Amino acid sequence: MSILINKDSKVLIQGITGREGLFHTELMREFGTNIVGGTSPGKGGEWVLNGKVPVFDSMKLAVDVTGANTSVIFVPARGAADAIYEAANASLKLVICITEGVPIQDMIKIRAFLDQTDTRLIGPNCPGVLSPGEAKAGIIPGDIAIPGSIGLVSRSGTLTYEVLNALTLKKMGVSTCVGIGGDPINGTNFIDVLQMFEDDPHTQSCVLIGEIGGSDEEQAADFIAREMSKPVVAYIAGQSAPKGKRMGHAGAIIEGTSGTAESKIKALESAGVRLARFPEEIPELLKKIKL
Amino acid sequence: MKLHEYQSKQIFTRYGIPIPRGKVTNTASDVKQIAEELGGRVVIKSQVLVGGRGKAGGIRLAKNPAEAENLATLILGMEIKGLPVRKVLVDEAISITREIYIGITNDRSIRKPVFIASASGGMDIEEVAQSSPEKINQAIIDPLLGLRDYQTRDLAVAIDLPHEHWRVFTLVAQGLWSAYQDCDATLAEINPLVISSDQKMTALDGKIVLDDNALYRHPDLVEMRDLDIEAPEEIEARKYGLSYIKLDGSIGCMVNGAGLAMATMDTIKILGGEPKNFLDIGGGAGEEKVAAAFRIILSDRNVRSVLVNIFGGITRCDEVANGIVNAYSEMKTKVPVVVRLAGTNAIKGMEILKDAHFKTGISLLEAAKKAVLYAREKK
Repeated sequence: MSILINKDSKVLIQGITGREGLFHTELMREFGTNIVGGTSPGKGGEWVLNGKVPVFDSMKLAVDVTGANTSVIFVPARGAADAIYEAANASLKLVICITEGVPIQDMIKIRAFLDQTDTRLIGPNCPGVLSPGEAKAGIIPGDIAIPGSIGLVSRSGTLTYEVLNALTLKKMGVSTCVGIGGDPINGTNFIDVLQMFEDDPHTQSCVLIGEIGGSDEEQAADFIAREMSKPVVAYIAGQSAPKGKRMGHAGAIIEGTSGTAESKIKALESAGVRLARFPEEIPELLKKIKL
Repeated sequence: MKLHEYQSKQIFTRYGIPIPRGKVTNTASDVKQIAEELGGRVVIKSQVLVGGRGKAGGIRLAKNPAEAENLATLILGMEIKGLPVRKVLVDEAISITREIYIGITNDRSIRKPVFIASASGGMDIEEVAQSSPEKINQAIIDPLLGLRDYQTRDLAVAIDLPHEHWRVFTLVAQGLWSAYQDCDATLAEINPLVISSDQKMTALDGKIVLDDNALYRHPDLVEMRDLDIEAPEEIEARKYGLSYIKLDGSIGCMVNGAGLAMATMDTIKILGGEPKNFLDIGGGAGEEKVAAAFRIILSDRNVRSVLVNIFGGITRCDEVANGIVNAYSEMKTKVPVVVRLAGTNAIKGMEILKDAHFKTGISLLEAAKKAVLYAREKK
């Protein structure tokens, strides 16, 4: 089973006629995702993928006609913020923004706006959501994961694939894999997804893939210690990265020592999380929990 | 993208923030002339994009133009935290009675900008934040409402600023907020904001860091980029849309995705190797981009082996393989290269490499082990 998306999700693709949009729409359809249409302003009325998928001019129209509840955004960075607003105004429950390079100040305003709506945003700059055997909304290769009981949440893209692949090689399956994106300000953070996994009866253990920078992992550690009954294994990428040449003080004042790999690992360890030193150690640690 | 102090202060003046009279130059003889124009007593400030300039001796007070020239000669020959000083800012010296800190940045945990003020401005502000957090005052800015004047007054009270300075303080604070917004900054900071003996408020030092994702909206700011401070490989990499950071090890790395690139470096390090670089070719990189990445890695003579780790999603492994084969034959190098391909079109890619007699690894761990081994072999 899964969180966020399943076989019944009705999915729209924003930017469906673009190179990436069209390519991945086809892959999502092949995977079995219920793609009900897409948008591309100015191309409303056309059909793509051999006449199988309708294109609309606006999200409002697309939702009215198809009854969609989820969208995946492939619109280029300059139009991505607008695409998110449009999806939220069309009352979609879930919006997944794959696009990379959305300006931070745009994201800050988007978050302030979305906090007043019922729309959940995943991303931007993320690989999307994959529930093996159910549906995929995004660009995670569909054939590298098998259905199972591990919930995976990650800030990374290709590193997520690496971990999924390592799990599959050990015949370990996932309930849902959620890529929350690597940007400083995003729509959904670790805690949001961990809560969903905690509430999902089919998820038995969780894998958290973090990265250096920010304090999301430290906050997740705090949440795990207080609220999670399910075991968590984590890996923090960037343990070998050199310290950046920091300019100015405001960042240090706000974040203190959080942001470093040591700080994140320490916080997670004291929350009872098992830490992998490199990606391929994750399946081994999960197996130890099961014993 | 980071801006120099002098560039940041030029932006401040557009928003009505008072700055000292001063000029930037790259020669010591100019410094003498500038000092004469400014009345003799000047501060010579190295323009490098790193903190801790003062403690490193990169900021010095000169009492007269001759001394200014001597000090400038000294500073222009310096290296601060590995960065050579190529320019100095010469500012009129101001007699300071008070140093305040103000800055704006985004607080990622609450997803909002915050305005920070402290009565303890100057060089040790981070230590103050650590040891006496109560001396750091913050106002959270509502992104839809902006910084409000009442918030700047609250901060003025918090930092114990006398009434007669409130009007200018609010102007400076609002100016900084406008600059922050208009430039798409991720940091805008005045440290110190000083009150001089003639009771004037002046931004003595300033820093702005810009959001790289928003640079497309600011062609004028992009022109301020200082190419001097970057390694030539880093400039070349940016030309091709690659993210490259030079390091000190011996194993060249080429990976798609920043997280996977860091994980690849972590794996190398666990196995006892040292990465020579961080290189992210990004998503969907084609043959040409891959070839450029390869040339950049191999242009470094200290590279003893190369590890390529590609997990294809948008990126297609056969295109990566073709890029590697072409670049390798063009470079005529003998550096051993270990390639690991997985994901989209990986099998096709591995076949291309097999025909060209490349060393390969099935998993990241296996490929990394080989790369570490080759790096240890004597030439």
